[in-house]
Amino acid sequence: MTPLHDLTHDRELARTLPLADFDVSHPDLYQRDALEPYFARLRAEEPVHWCRDSLYGPYWSITKFNDIVAIDTNHQVFSSDHTNGSFVLDDTTLNAVEGGIHLPNFLGMDPPTHDVHRMACSPIVAPANLLRFEALIRERTKDLFDGLPVGEDFNWVERVSIPLTTMMLATLLDFPFEDRAKLTRWSDVTTTRPGYGLVDTWEQRTQELMECLGYFQNLWDERKKLPPRPDLISMLAHNPAMQDLTPTDFIGMLVLLIVGGNDTTRSSMSGAALAMSLYPQEFQKAKANRALVSSMVPEIIRWQTPIAHMRRTAIQDIEFRGKQIRKGDKIAMWYLSGNRDPEVIDRPLDFVVDRPRARHHLSFGFGIHRCLGNRLAEMQVRVLCEEVLERYSRVEVTGTAVRVPSNLIHGFIEMPVRLHA
Amino acid sequence: MPKIVFISSNDDEHIVDVESGLSVMEGAVQNLVRGIDGDCGGAAACGTCHVHVDQAWVEKVGGPATDMERQMLDLSDFKCPTSRLSCQITATEALDGLVLRMPEGQH
Repeated sequence: MTPLHDLTHDRELARTLPLADFDVSHPDLYQRDALEPYFARLRAEEPVHWCRDSLYGPYWSITKFNDIVAIDTNHQVFSSDHTNGSFVLDDTTLNAVEGGIHLPNFLGMDPPTHDVHRMACSPIVAPANLLRFEALIRERTKDLFDGLPVGEDFNWVERVSIPLTTMMLATLLDFPFEDRAKLTRWSDVTTTRPGYGLVDTWEQRTQELMECLGYFQNLWDERKKLPPRPDLISMLAHNPAMQDLTPTDFIGMLVLLIVGGNDTTRSSMSGAALAMSLYPQEFQKAKANRALVSSMVPEIIRWQTPIAHMRRTAIQDIEFRGKQIRKGDKIAMWYLSGNRDPEVIDRPLDFVVDRPRARHHLSFGFGIHRCLGNRLAEMQVRVLCEEVLERYSRVEVTGTAVRVPSNLIHGFIEMPVRLHA
Repeated sequence: MPKIVFISSNDDEHIVDVESGLSVMEGAVQNLVRGIDGDCGGAAACGTCHVHVDQAWVEKVGGPATDMERQMLDLSDFKCPTSRLSCQITATEALDGLVLRMPEGQH
Protein backbone atom coordinates (compact mmCIF):
# COMPACT_ATOMS: atom_id res chain seq x y z
CA MET A 1 0.00 0.00 0.00
CA THR A 2 1.33 3.42 -0.89
CA PRO A 3 1.59 6.09 1.80
CA LEU A 4 0.35 8.71 -0.68
CA HIS A 5 -3.17 9.65 -1.77
CA ASP A 6 -4.28 9.26 -5.36
CA LEU A 7 -4.27 12.77 -6.82
CA THR A 8 -5.51 11.99 -10.35
CA HIS A 9 -8.68 13.98 -9.78
CA ASP A 10 -6.85 16.95 -8.26
CA ARG A 11 -4.33 17.05 -11.09
CA GLU A 12 -7.15 17.19 -13.62
CA LEU A 13 -9.04 19.82 -11.64
CA ALA A 14 -5.93 21.95 -11.13
CA ARG A 15 -5.35 21.89 -14.90
CA THR A 16 -8.90 22.77 -15.96
CA LEU A 17 -10.43 24.92 -13.21
CA PRO A 18 -10.48 28.66 -14.00
CA LEU A 19 -7.86 30.42 -11.88
CA ALA A 20 -10.55 32.73 -10.52
CA ASP A 21 -12.11 29.70 -8.81
CA PHE A 22 -8.93 28.53 -7.07
CA ASP A 23 -9.06 28.32 -3.28
CA VAL A 24 -5.93 26.70 -1.86
CA SER A 25 -7.03 27.27 1.75
CA HIS A 26 -9.62 24.49 1.97
CA PRO A 27 -8.76 22.00 4.77
CA ASP A 28 -9.85 19.02 2.61
CA LEU A 29 -6.91 19.69 0.29
CA TYR A 30 -4.53 19.42 3.25
CA GLN A 31 -6.16 16.29 4.58
CA ARG A 32 -5.39 14.47 1.32
CA ASP A 33 -2.15 16.38 0.64
CA ALA A 34 -3.43 17.56 -2.73
CA LEU A 35 -1.97 21.06 -2.84
CA GLU A 36 0.96 20.70 -5.20
CA PRO A 37 -0.95 20.58 -8.52
CA TYR A 38 -2.84 23.75 -7.57
CA PHE A 39 0.22 25.56 -6.25
CA ALA A 40 2.21 24.54 -9.36
CA ARG A 41 -0.36 26.20 -11.62
CA LEU A 42 -0.54 29.32 -9.46
CA ARG A 43 3.25 29.67 -9.43
CA ALA A 44 3.35 29.33 -13.22
CA GLU A 45 0.32 31.39 -14.21
CA GLU A 46 -0.76 33.68 -11.39
CA PRO A 47 1.80 33.70 -8.57
CA VAL A 48 -0.01 36.52 -6.75
CA HIS A 49 -3.60 35.33 -6.78
CA TRP A 50 -6.85 36.75 -5.44
CA CYS A 51 -9.31 34.24 -4.01
CA ARG A 52 -12.64 36.07 -3.88
CA ASP A 53 -14.22 33.78 -1.30
CA SER A 54 -13.26 30.99 1.06
CA LEU A 55 -14.13 29.64 4.50
CA TYR A 56 -11.97 32.51 5.77
CA GLY A 57 -13.20 35.24 3.43
CA PRO A 58 -11.30 36.68 0.46
CA TYR A 59 -7.48 36.58 0.48
CA TRP A 60 -4.38 36.94 -1.66
CA SER A 61 -2.09 33.95 -2.18
CA ILE A 62 1.65 34.49 -2.53
CA THR A 63 3.12 31.31 -3.99
CA LYS A 64 6.67 32.01 -5.23
CA PHE A 65 9.74 31.80 -3.01
CA ASN A 66 11.16 35.27 -3.63
CA ASP A 67 7.76 36.98 -3.46
CA ILE A 68 7.24 35.39 -0.04
CA VAL A 69 10.62 36.72 1.12
CA ALA A 70 9.60 40.19 -0.12
CA ILE A 71 6.31 40.15 1.82
CA ASP A 72 7.79 38.51 4.93
CA THR A 73 10.50 41.19 5.18
CA ASN A 74 8.17 44.14 4.59
CA HIS A 75 6.45 44.24 7.97
CA GLN A 76 5.91 48.00 7.62
CA VAL A 77 3.24 47.33 4.97
CA PHE A 78 2.31 43.71 5.65
CA SER A 79 1.39 43.63 9.31
CA SER A 80 0.97 40.59 11.51
CA ASP A 81 -0.26 42.66 14.45
CA HIS A 82 -3.22 41.20 16.34
CA THR A 83 -5.04 44.53 16.02
CA ASN A 84 -5.00 43.93 12.26
CA GLY A 85 -6.06 40.28 12.43
CA SER A 86 -2.83 38.51 13.44
CA PHE A 87 -0.93 35.92 11.41
CA VAL A 88 -3.22 33.06 10.39
CA LEU A 89 -5.83 33.01 7.66
CA ASP A 90 -8.58 31.73 9.94
CA ASP A 91 -9.51 34.78 12.03
CA THR A 92 -11.07 32.61 14.72
CA THR A 93 -7.73 31.05 15.71
CA LEU A 94 -6.37 34.21 17.36
CA ASN A 95 -9.18 36.77 17.39
CA ALA A 96 -12.45 37.16 19.27
CA VAL A 97 -14.63 36.58 16.20
CA GLU A 98 -17.31 33.92 15.64
CA GLY A 99 -16.47 31.68 18.59
CA GLY A 100 -12.74 32.36 18.81
CA ILE A 101 -10.98 34.21 21.61
CA HIS A 102 -8.34 36.92 21.54
CA LEU A 103 -4.85 35.41 21.77
CA PRO A 104 -2.34 38.23 21.26
CA ASN A 105 1.37 37.30 21.17
CA PHE A 106 4.62 38.57 19.74
CA LEU A 107 4.30 36.75 16.45
CA GLY A 108 1.08 38.77 16.16
CA MET A 109 2.73 42.08 17.02
CA ASP A 110 4.56 44.71 15.04
CA PRO A 111 7.57 46.54 16.50
CA PRO A 112 8.21 47.98 19.04
CA THR A 113 6.15 45.78 21.44
CA HIS A 114 7.07 42.75 19.38
CA ASP A 115 10.76 43.20 20.18
CA VAL A 116 10.20 43.44 23.95
CA HIS A 117 8.06 40.29 24.10
CA ARG A 118 10.22 38.28 21.74
CA MET A 119 13.39 39.14 23.59
CA ALA A 120 11.81 38.13 26.89
CA CYS A 121 11.55 34.60 25.47
CA SER A 122 14.67 34.33 23.32
CA PRO A 123 17.18 33.47 26.11
CA ILE A 124 15.53 30.03 26.49
CA VAL A 125 17.07 29.02 23.16
CA ALA A 126 20.43 30.75 23.78
CA PRO A 127 23.52 28.69 22.87
CA ALA A 128 24.30 27.79 26.48
CA ASN A 129 20.81 26.33 26.90
CA LEU A 130 21.03 24.44 23.62
CA LEU A 131 24.26 22.84 24.79
CA ARG A 132 22.58 21.88 28.03
CA PHE A 133 19.62 20.37 26.12
CA GLU A 134 21.57 18.27 23.64
CA ALA A 135 22.59 15.53 26.08
CA LEU A 136 19.03 15.34 27.39
CA ILE A 137 17.57 15.12 23.88
CA ARG A 138 20.06 12.38 23.02
CA GLU A 139 19.22 10.35 26.11
CA ARG A 140 15.48 10.64 25.56
CA THR A 141 15.72 9.79 21.88
CA LYS A 142 17.86 6.71 22.62
CA ASP A 143 15.46 5.56 25.35
CA LEU A 144 12.50 6.04 23.05
CA PHE A 145 13.97 3.98 20.21
CA ASP A 146 15.15 1.30 22.66
CA GLY A 147 11.46 0.80 23.48
CA LEU A 148 10.14 0.63 19.90
CA PRO A 149 9.40 -2.63 18.08
CA VAL A 150 11.38 -3.72 15.03
CA GLY A 151 9.60 -5.45 12.17
CA GLU A 152 6.07 -4.56 13.24
CA ASP A 153 3.79 -1.61 12.54
CA PHE A 154 3.22 1.20 15.00
CA ASN A 155 1.94 4.79 14.84
CA TRP A 156 5.07 6.96 14.48
CA VAL A 157 3.21 10.17 15.34
CA GLU A 158 1.98 8.83 18.65
CA ARG A 159 5.12 6.95 19.62
CA VAL A 160 7.92 9.14 18.25
CA SER A 161 6.91 12.65 17.16
CA ILE A 162 4.54 13.49 20.00
CA PRO A 163 6.54 12.07 22.92
CA LEU A 164 9.85 13.63 21.84
CA THR A 165 8.45 17.09 21.19
CA THR A 166 6.20 17.11 24.23
CA MET A 167 9.06 16.12 26.54
CA MET A 168 11.15 18.94 25.05
CA LEU A 169 8.40 21.48 25.56
CA ALA A 170 7.84 20.30 29.14
CA THR A 171 11.56 20.84 29.75
CA LEU A 172 11.55 24.35 28.25
CA LEU A 173 8.63 25.32 30.48
CA ASP A 174 9.72 23.15 33.42
CA PHE A 175 6.17 21.84 33.23
CA PRO A 176 5.13 19.02 35.60
CA PHE A 177 6.26 16.00 33.64
CA GLU A 178 3.36 13.75 34.59
CA ASP A 179 0.92 16.29 33.14
CA ARG A 180 2.76 16.85 29.87
CA ALA A 181 0.03 15.27 27.71
CA LYS A 182 -1.95 18.42 28.50
CA LEU A 183 0.58 20.43 26.47
CA THR A 184 -0.06 18.32 23.37
CA ARG A 185 -3.79 18.73 23.87
CA TRP A 186 -3.61 22.52 24.33
CA SER A 187 -1.40 22.78 21.27
CA ASP A 188 -3.93 20.90 19.15
CA VAL A 189 -6.91 22.79 20.60
CA THR A 190 -5.36 26.19 19.83
CA THR A 191 -5.15 25.64 16.08
CA THR A 192 -8.51 23.95 15.58
CA ARG A 193 -12.15 24.96 15.40
CA PRO A 194 -15.28 22.88 16.09
CA GLY A 195 -16.02 20.22 13.49
CA TYR A 196 -12.50 18.93 12.83
CA GLY A 197 -12.52 16.10 15.31
CA LEU A 198 -10.89 17.80 18.30
CA VAL A 199 -13.52 20.02 19.91
CA ASP A 200 -17.29 19.91 19.50
CA THR A 201 -18.11 23.51 20.38
CA TRP A 202 -16.47 26.91 20.67
CA GLU A 203 -17.30 26.85 24.37
CA GLN A 204 -15.31 23.67 24.79
CA ARG A 205 -12.28 25.22 23.04
CA THR A 206 -12.49 28.35 25.21
CA GLN A 207 -12.90 26.30 28.36
CA GLU A 208 -9.84 24.15 27.58
CA LEU A 209 -7.72 27.22 26.81
CA MET A 210 -8.84 28.81 30.09
CA GLU A 211 -7.80 25.65 31.88
CA CYS A 212 -4.39 26.10 30.24
CA LEU A 213 -4.26 29.72 31.45
CA GLY A 214 -5.20 28.73 35.01
CA TYR A 215 -2.59 25.99 35.10
CA PHE A 216 0.15 28.35 33.94
CA GLN A 217 -0.95 31.15 36.25
CA ASN A 218 -0.24 28.81 39.14
CA LEU A 219 3.17 27.98 37.71
CA TRP A 220 3.90 31.71 37.25
CA ASP A 221 2.92 32.46 40.86
CA GLU A 222 5.10 29.62 42.17
CA ARG A 223 8.13 30.61 40.12
CA LYS A 224 7.76 34.28 40.94
CA LYS A 225 8.27 33.45 44.62
CA LEU A 226 11.42 31.41 43.90
CA PRO A 227 14.80 32.67 42.68
CA PRO A 228 15.08 32.92 38.85
CA ARG A 229 15.62 29.62 37.04
CA PRO A 230 16.42 28.85 33.41
CA ASP A 231 12.89 27.84 32.36
CA LEU A 232 10.57 29.95 30.25
CA ILE A 233 7.94 30.56 32.90
CA SER A 234 10.49 31.59 35.52
CA MET A 235 12.21 33.82 32.96
CA LEU A 236 8.93 35.58 32.18
CA ALA A 237 7.85 35.83 35.81
CA HIS A 238 11.12 37.55 36.73
CA ASN A 239 11.36 39.81 33.68
CA PRO A 240 10.58 43.44 34.63
CA ALA A 241 9.08 44.07 31.17
CA MET A 242 6.57 41.23 31.63
CA GLN A 243 5.04 42.31 34.94
CA ASP A 244 2.04 44.04 33.36
CA LEU A 245 1.08 41.03 31.28
CA THR A 246 -2.73 40.66 31.39
CA PRO A 247 -4.29 37.18 31.50
CA THR A 248 -5.18 37.67 27.82
CA ASP A 249 -1.57 38.54 26.95
CA PHE A 250 -0.35 35.58 28.98
CA ILE A 251 -2.57 32.96 27.35
CA GLY A 252 -1.73 34.50 23.96
CA MET A 253 1.97 34.11 24.60
CA LEU A 254 1.52 30.61 26.05
CA VAL A 255 -0.30 29.24 23.04
CA LEU A 256 2.37 30.68 20.75
CA LEU A 257 5.12 28.98 22.76
CA ILE A 258 3.17 25.74 23.00
CA VAL A 259 2.25 25.52 19.32
CA GLY A 260 5.57 26.93 18.13
CA GLY A 261 7.55 24.65 20.42
CA ASN A 262 5.57 21.52 19.77
CA ASP A 263 3.36 21.14 16.72
CA THR A 264 6.01 22.31 14.28
CA THR A 265 8.83 19.97 15.25
CA ARG A 266 6.27 17.19 15.67
CA SER A 267 5.33 17.57 12.00
CA SER A 268 8.96 17.68 10.90
CA MET A 269 9.69 14.47 12.81
CA SER A 270 6.74 12.76 11.14
CA GLY A 271 7.74 14.15 7.76
CA ALA A 272 11.22 12.73 8.37
CA ALA A 273 9.83 9.20 8.54
CA LEU A 274 7.78 9.69 5.37
CA ALA A 275 10.74 11.15 3.48
CA MET A 276 13.04 8.32 4.57
CA SER A 277 10.44 5.78 3.46
CA LEU A 278 9.68 7.36 0.08
CA TYR A 279 13.35 7.98 -0.75
CA PRO A 280 15.19 4.84 0.45
CA GLN A 281 18.22 5.61 -1.73
CA GLU A 282 18.58 8.97 0.03
CA PHE A 283 18.31 7.20 3.39
CA GLN A 284 21.12 4.85 2.33
CA LYS A 285 23.23 7.76 1.16
CA ALA A 286 22.97 9.43 4.58
CA LYS A 287 23.50 6.13 6.36
CA ALA A 288 26.74 5.64 4.45
CA ASN A 289 27.92 9.21 5.04
CA ARG A 290 26.70 10.66 8.34
CA ALA A 291 28.21 14.07 7.55
CA LEU A 292 25.17 14.51 5.30
CA VAL A 293 22.94 14.85 8.37
CA SER A 294 23.84 18.56 8.34
CA SER A 295 22.01 19.01 5.02
CA MET A 296 19.48 16.23 5.63
CA VAL A 297 17.99 18.11 8.60
CA PRO A 298 17.16 21.39 6.81
CA GLU A 299 16.02 19.31 3.82
CA ILE A 300 13.50 17.48 6.01
CA ILE A 301 12.27 20.81 7.34
CA ARG A 302 11.93 22.19 3.79
CA TRP A 303 10.39 19.04 2.33
CA GLN A 304 7.81 18.80 5.11
CA THR A 305 7.22 22.57 5.62
CA PRO A 306 5.48 22.15 9.01
CA ILE A 307 3.74 25.53 8.80
CA ALA A 308 1.88 25.71 5.50
CA HIS A 309 1.26 29.44 5.58
CA MET A 310 1.63 32.64 7.56
CA ARG A 311 -0.86 35.42 7.00
CA ARG A 312 -0.31 39.16 6.89
CA THR A 313 -2.69 42.09 6.49
CA ALA A 314 -1.92 45.05 4.23
CA ILE A 315 -2.09 48.26 6.24
CA GLN A 316 -1.90 50.47 3.16
CA ASP A 317 -2.72 50.17 -0.53
CA ILE A 318 0.24 48.78 -2.43
CA GLU A 319 0.98 47.44 -5.89
CA PHE A 320 2.77 44.09 -5.70
CA ARG A 321 3.96 42.21 -8.82
CA GLY A 322 1.41 44.09 -10.90
CA LYS A 323 -1.53 43.41 -8.57
CA GLN A 324 -3.33 46.10 -6.63
CA ILE A 325 -3.45 45.04 -2.97
CA ARG A 326 -5.80 47.19 -0.88
CA LYS A 327 -5.50 48.26 2.71
CA GLY A 328 -7.15 45.61 4.88
CA ASP A 329 -6.64 42.73 2.44
CA LYS A 330 -5.52 39.41 3.87
CA ILE A 331 -2.38 37.92 2.38
CA ALA A 332 -1.39 34.25 2.73
CA MET A 333 2.30 33.51 2.21
CA TRP A 334 2.23 29.84 1.26
CA TYR A 335 5.56 28.54 2.55
CA LEU A 336 4.44 25.11 1.35
CA SER A 337 4.35 26.46 -2.21
CA GLY A 338 7.47 28.64 -2.02
CA ASN A 339 9.45 25.64 -0.80
CA ARG A 340 8.43 23.86 -4.05
CA ASP A 341 9.33 26.77 -6.34
CA PRO A 342 11.50 25.32 -9.15
CA GLU A 343 13.01 28.75 -9.88
CA VAL A 344 14.76 28.67 -6.50
CA ILE A 345 14.87 24.98 -5.53
CA ASP A 346 16.25 22.41 -7.95
CA ARG A 347 14.02 19.26 -8.20
CA PRO A 348 11.81 20.79 -5.51
CA LEU A 349 9.46 17.83 -5.08
CA ASP A 350 12.29 15.45 -4.26
CA PHE A 351 13.86 14.76 -0.91
CA VAL A 352 17.62 15.11 -1.50
CA VAL A 353 19.84 14.56 1.54
CA ASP A 354 22.91 16.17 -0.02
CA ARG A 355 21.11 19.18 -1.47
CA PRO A 356 23.51 22.12 -1.88
CA ARG A 357 22.44 25.11 0.20
CA ALA A 358 19.72 23.07 1.88
CA ARG A 359 19.30 25.77 4.50
CA HIS A 360 17.85 28.17 1.95
CA HIS A 361 14.18 27.35 2.61
CA LEU A 362 11.13 29.21 3.87
CA SER A 363 9.96 26.94 6.68
CA PHE A 364 11.22 29.23 9.47
CA GLY A 365 10.03 32.41 7.78
CA PHE A 366 12.27 35.41 7.17
CA GLY A 367 12.52 38.83 8.77
CA ILE A 368 11.69 39.91 12.29
CA HIS A 369 9.22 37.06 12.85
CA ARG A 370 11.65 34.30 11.88
CA CYS A 371 11.19 31.20 14.02
CA LEU A 372 12.74 31.78 17.42
CA GLY A 373 13.38 28.11 18.15
CA ASN A 374 14.84 27.07 14.82
CA ARG A 375 18.21 25.98 16.24
CA LEU A 376 16.54 23.84 18.87
CA ALA A 377 14.18 22.33 16.30
CA GLU A 378 17.13 21.45 14.08
CA MET A 379 18.93 19.88 17.00
CA GLN A 380 15.93 17.69 17.85
CA VAL A 381 15.56 16.55 14.24
CA ARG A 382 19.32 16.00 13.93
CA VAL A 383 19.46 13.72 16.97
CA LEU A 384 16.43 11.82 15.66
CA CYS A 385 18.12 11.31 12.26
CA GLU A 386 21.41 10.24 13.82
CA GLU A 387 19.73 7.63 16.00
CA VAL A 388 17.57 6.28 13.17
CA LEU A 389 20.50 6.06 10.74
CA GLU A 390 22.57 4.31 13.39
CA ARG A 391 19.97 1.70 14.28
CA TYR A 392 17.93 0.74 11.23
CA SER A 393 18.45 -0.39 7.66
CA ARG A 394 15.16 1.05 6.50
CA VAL A 395 12.18 3.10 7.69
CA GLU A 396 8.99 1.99 5.97
CA VAL A 397 5.65 3.79 6.04
CA THR A 398 3.30 0.87 5.54
CA GLY A 399 -0.04 2.57 4.91
CA THR A 400 -1.69 5.88 4.13
CA ALA A 401 -0.74 8.56 6.64
CA VAL A 402 -3.65 10.46 8.22
CA ARG A 403 -3.03 14.18 7.87
CA VAL A 404 -4.19 17.14 9.92
CA PRO A 405 -7.08 18.89 8.12
CA SER A 406 -5.45 22.30 8.45
CA ASN A 407 -3.99 24.90 6.12
CA LEU A 408 -1.72 26.02 8.97
CA ILE A 409 -0.38 22.90 10.70
CA HIS A 410 1.03 20.76 7.90
CA GLY A 411 1.31 17.56 9.84
CA PHE A 412 0.04 14.13 10.65
CA ILE A 413 -2.33 12.44 13.06
CA GLU A 414 -1.29 8.88 12.26
CA MET A 415 1.54 7.33 10.35
CA PRO A 416 1.93 3.55 10.29
CA VAL A 417 5.65 2.82 10.31
CA ARG A 418 7.74 -0.35 10.38
CA LEU A 419 11.40 -0.19 11.32
CA HIS A 420 13.77 -2.73 9.80
CA ALA A 421 16.81 -4.08 11.65
CA MET B 1 40.92 39.38 -4.16
CA PRO B 2 40.49 40.82 -0.66
CA LYS B 3 41.25 38.43 2.18
CA ILE B 4 38.68 38.32 4.96
CA VAL B 5 39.45 36.87 8.38
CA PHE B 6 36.62 35.11 10.22
CA ILE B 7 37.20 34.22 13.87
CA SER B 8 34.73 31.87 15.52
CA SER B 9 33.58 32.19 19.14
CA ASN B 10 36.07 29.46 20.10
CA ASP B 11 38.87 31.38 18.32
CA ASP B 12 39.18 29.23 15.20
CA GLU B 13 40.47 31.44 12.42
CA HIS B 14 39.45 31.10 8.77
CA ILE B 15 41.04 33.32 6.16
CA VAL B 16 39.18 33.33 2.87
CA ASP B 17 39.60 35.12 -0.44
CA VAL B 18 36.37 36.80 -1.42
CA GLU B 19 35.85 38.07 -4.94
CA SER B 20 35.40 41.85 -4.99
CA GLY B 21 31.75 42.75 -5.40
CA LEU B 22 30.46 39.66 -3.62
CA SER B 23 29.07 39.96 -0.14
CA VAL B 24 31.33 38.81 2.66
CA MET B 25 28.64 36.27 3.66
CA GLU B 26 28.66 34.84 0.15
CA GLY B 27 32.44 34.46 0.33
CA ALA B 28 32.17 32.67 3.66
CA VAL B 29 29.48 30.28 2.43
CA GLN B 30 31.44 29.47 -0.74
CA ASN B 31 34.45 28.62 1.43
CA LEU B 32 32.37 26.62 3.92
CA VAL B 33 33.22 28.82 6.89
CA ARG B 34 31.38 27.22 9.80
CA GLY B 35 29.13 29.67 11.61
CA ILE B 36 28.14 31.73 8.60
CA ASP B 37 25.01 30.03 7.26
CA GLY B 38 23.33 32.76 5.20
CA ASP B 39 19.98 30.95 5.25
CA CYS B 40 18.08 33.78 3.54
CA GLY B 41 20.59 34.12 0.73
CA GLY B 42 21.54 37.71 1.47
CA ALA B 43 18.25 39.51 2.20
CA ALA B 44 19.25 40.59 5.74
CA ALA B 45 16.32 38.49 6.86
CA CYS B 46 17.60 35.56 8.91
CA GLY B 47 20.46 36.82 11.09
CA THR B 48 22.60 33.72 10.47
CA CYS B 49 25.60 35.67 9.15
CA HIS B 50 25.93 37.99 12.15
CA VAL B 51 29.48 39.24 12.79
CA HIS B 52 31.20 41.61 15.18
CA VAL B 53 33.48 43.89 13.19
CA ASP B 54 36.97 44.28 14.68
CA GLN B 55 37.40 47.75 16.18
CA ALA B 56 40.20 48.61 13.77
CA TRP B 57 37.83 48.15 10.82
CA VAL B 58 34.66 49.78 12.10
CA GLU B 59 35.16 53.05 10.28
CA LYS B 60 35.88 51.44 6.91
CA VAL B 61 33.01 48.99 7.14
CA GLY B 62 30.40 51.39 8.52
CA GLY B 63 27.17 50.70 10.38
CA PRO B 64 24.02 48.81 9.31
CA ALA B 65 23.11 49.49 5.70
CA THR B 66 19.32 49.33 5.99
CA ASP B 67 16.49 49.42 8.52
CA MET B 68 15.99 45.71 7.92
CA GLU B 69 19.57 44.95 8.93
CA ARG B 70 19.28 47.18 11.99
CA GLN B 71 16.02 45.53 13.07
CA MET B 72 17.37 42.02 12.65
CA LEU B 73 20.44 42.91 14.72
CA ASP B 74 18.23 44.49 17.40
CA LEU B 75 16.57 41.10 17.89
CA SER B 76 19.84 39.27 18.46
CA ASP B 77 20.92 38.37 21.98
CA PHE B 78 24.50 38.89 20.80
CA LYS B 79 24.26 42.37 19.36
CA CYS B 80 27.25 44.60 20.11
CA PRO B 81 28.08 48.15 18.98
CA THR B 82 30.02 46.83 15.96
CA SER B 83 27.47 44.19 14.89
CA ARG B 84 26.73 43.73 11.20
CA LEU B 85 25.08 41.16 8.99
CA SER B 86 27.91 40.02 6.74
CA CYS B 87 25.54 39.65 3.78
CA GLN B 88 25.28 43.45 3.80
CA ILE B 89 29.06 44.02 3.62
CA THR B 90 30.44 44.05 0.08
CA ALA B 91 34.01 42.80 -0.35
CA THR B 92 36.33 45.42 -1.86
CA GLU B 93 40.10 45.87 -2.04
CA ALA B 94 39.75 48.51 0.67
CA LEU B 95 38.58 45.74 3.02
CA ASP B 96 41.58 43.48 2.37
CA GLY B 97 42.49 41.98 5.78
CA LEU B 98 39.09 42.72 7.39
CA VAL B 99 38.69 40.90 10.71
CA LEU B 100 35.21 39.66 11.69
CA ARG B 101 34.31 37.75 14.84
CA MET B 102 31.34 35.41 15.06
CA PRO B 103 29.10 35.58 18.10
CA GLU B 104 28.55 32.59 20.36
CA GLY B 105 25.95 30.25 18.94
CA GLN B 106 27.19 30.50 15.36
CA HIS B 107 29.53 27.60 14.84
